[in-house]
Amino acid sequence: MYVYDQYDQQIVDERVAQYRDQTQRYLQGSLSDAEFLPLRLQNGLYVQRLAPMLRIAVPYGLLNTGQVRKLASISRDYDKGYVHVSTRQNIQLNWPELAEVPDILAELASVQMHAIQTSGNCIRNTTTDQFAGVAPDELADPRPYCEIIRQWSTLHPEFAFLPRKFKIAVCGSAEDRAAIHNHDIGIELVANEHGEIGLKVLAGGGLGRTPVIGAVVCDWLDKKHMLSYLEAILRVYNQHGRRDNKYKARIKILVKAMGVDAFRAAVEREWQALKDGPTTLTDEEFDRASSYFTEPQYESFEPAAASAALEAACVANPIFGNWVTRNTRAHRKDGYRSVTISLKATGFAPGDVTAEQLELIAGMADAYSFGELRTTHQQNIVLADVPANRLEQLWQELQAAGLATPNIGYLTDMICCPGGDYCSLANAKSIPVAEAIQARFEDLDYLYDLGPIELNISGCMNACGHHHIGHIGILGVDKKGQEFYQICLGGSQSKQASIGKILGPSFKQEDVPDVIENILQTYVSLRTEEESFLETYRRVGIDPFKEKVYAESH
Amino acid sequence: MPNLIKNGALQEDAWQRVEPDSTRVIPNGIYALAAWQQLADKQQSGVQLEPGDGIESLVDHLDSIAVVAINFPVFTDGRGFSYARELREKGYQGELRAVGHFIRDQLTYLSRVGFDAFQLEDETQLEMALHSLHDFSESYQACIDQPLPLFRRRQ
Ligand code: SF4
Repeated sequence: MYVYDQYDQQIVDERVAQYRDQTQRYLQGSLSDAEFLPLRLQNGLYVQRLAPMLRIAVPYGLLNTGQVRKLASISRDYDKGYVHVSTRQNIQLNWPELAEVPDILAELASVQMHAIQTSGNCIRNTTTDQFAGVAPDELADPRPYCEIIRQWSTLHPEFAFLPRKFKIAVCGSAEDRAAIHNHDIGIELVANEHGEIGLKVLAGGGLGRTPVIGAVVCDWLDKKHMLSYLEAILRVYNQHGRRDNKYKARIKILVKAMGVDAFRAAVEREWQALKDGPTTLTDEEFDRASSYFTEPQYESFEPAAASAALEAACVANPIFGNWVTRNTRAHRKDGYRSVTISLKATGFAPGDVTAEQLELIAGMADAYSFGELRTTHQQNIVLADVPANRLEQLWQELQAAGLATPNIGYLTDMICCPGGDYCSLANAKSIPVAEAIQARFEDLDYLYDLGPIELNISGCMNACGHHHIGHIGILGVDKKGQEFYQICLGGSQSKQASIGKILGPSFKQEDVPDVIENILQTYVSLRTEEESFLETYRRVGIDPFKEKVYAESH
Repeated sequence: MPNLIKNGALQEDAWQRVEPDSTRVIPNGIYALAAWQQLADKQQSGVQLEPGDGIESLVDHLDSIAVVAINFPVFTDGRGFSYARELREKGYQGELRAVGHFIRDQLTYLSRVGFDAFQLEDETQLEMALHSLHDFSESYQACIDQPLPLFRRRQ
């Protein structure tokens, strides 16, 4: 993974010093609330319902075990001993003291981490596929591109006060695991007829109040132009994005208002002025960035023997075998698997992980996966490079730590924002809803029978829980001061992206598990063999679901 | 009394703002865009841009303008950052000053995109604000203060 040199370190250290001074001036009263607000946000600090919340950047989800141990110790020393994995692959602390944040940032800097631009109206953490570099369906490794974008976007002087937040995602594989269609800018790495890797650039996708699928602004861009092209898009947005209404300020609204063709033409105009300037990327820079993402020292395994041995172990121990089926996936290297550690055990807030668990996971990553791990936007943790012949040992350790819930990709592996328990913007709580659904659908055989289902929960329109792109989406709404939940069906974050449709009037919290059950029963009664929830929904539409749910509730 | 930061030091401001509705022509006046466009003689002139004005109307006169002031009615409106950088990219060499409600914590970014003068609302802050010009000694991007991105300079 990427390692800081003296320049990277200096920039992060100077940022800590700058923020320490700003915090002091704020506490002394010489910096007003309004002035301090965007400054602290651009260092990841929100002031939430109960306490501040600090969002720590995990660039494109990659962590080494030294960093994980540091996060564990920070959560103990400055917080309540647990952290939360967010849907942007970042790590959140829920209870830090405002006055101690500069110290936390200094601790982070000591392990090459920071909280720069994890919030505020600026370019946020770039996200990607959690299986980057190991996925069999990968065309090109997106991580060097992400790192180049990370550096370019970090403290970019022109784009620190945009109309609204700005999110970029990169994907380099056949299956889109980075939800690039729902980002302000989505980049897909594609090959041309000569086999050269270039960029397909989408803009104007997004969730929130007005969910939109991104439009293609450039079919093929030579990768050396990546940064100047991004600058051109940002420049059009910075000058023309709406600033009078924060609900209309995202780039998706601008692209819609201008029309894709006019938007593309405006970008093209700006780009002509920037193109081929010093920001043009060099081969050396791509080589340098790529040199941090080379293959680890894999052992070589005989493929047939390795898979036969794993199969035999799975037959001998069906509980282990089930976990292998559900929580591990194919690796591009023979004899290796990628493991997803579920942070969705029943009774725990989705995405939460304790300091002890973090340390155990760090130990496992050291022992089994080259000392690195990844956070995912589904709020889980991945060990990407585990030899198949050591999976059983790893599984035993995970079980002992309460981290072997075999539900990856199933209903209870849901995405859920912090919601009303923590977030001051929330209309409704989301964690208790997630927990009630988890409790209702604890029977694993039933879950497996239902097949892959993505259920996403957001506590308000801001859609941090990505409810619009869940196969089943739940949104907290406020009805005359009461917490209600609206349900939508049919969203998807795949390459055939779609936005979920609202089922109908919203429900009380205690009714949500029943409603979900009715939806699932409808699916089971209508599906043809092998048809997934989403496929059935796409075939039959929303009406049968509507009829069943609202017939039952009257 | 020095009341302006210019080229990294405090100095006395020789220019004055002409009220937007005034038609008076005064020496060293900084005019609102519409009034400035009416000026017969734009040699050594001063003009102030508001968010939304864009830079297009200045592009043909960059050699004659002496001062472009860019107003920040609120410090969170970042359009002026793009205006400044574009003016410099198009070859503007005169003074580029930030006016209005920007804050001292923005000085590094403002100077990076090409501002060389800062007229702070609160003049008692000037001395302290000078420090903020030096919050960072390195940066990743190519910009006006440093035309080469870090990846072309790394050793
Ligand atoms: S979706 Fe709303 S409630 Fe949930 S974290 Fe985001 S802002 Fe808070």
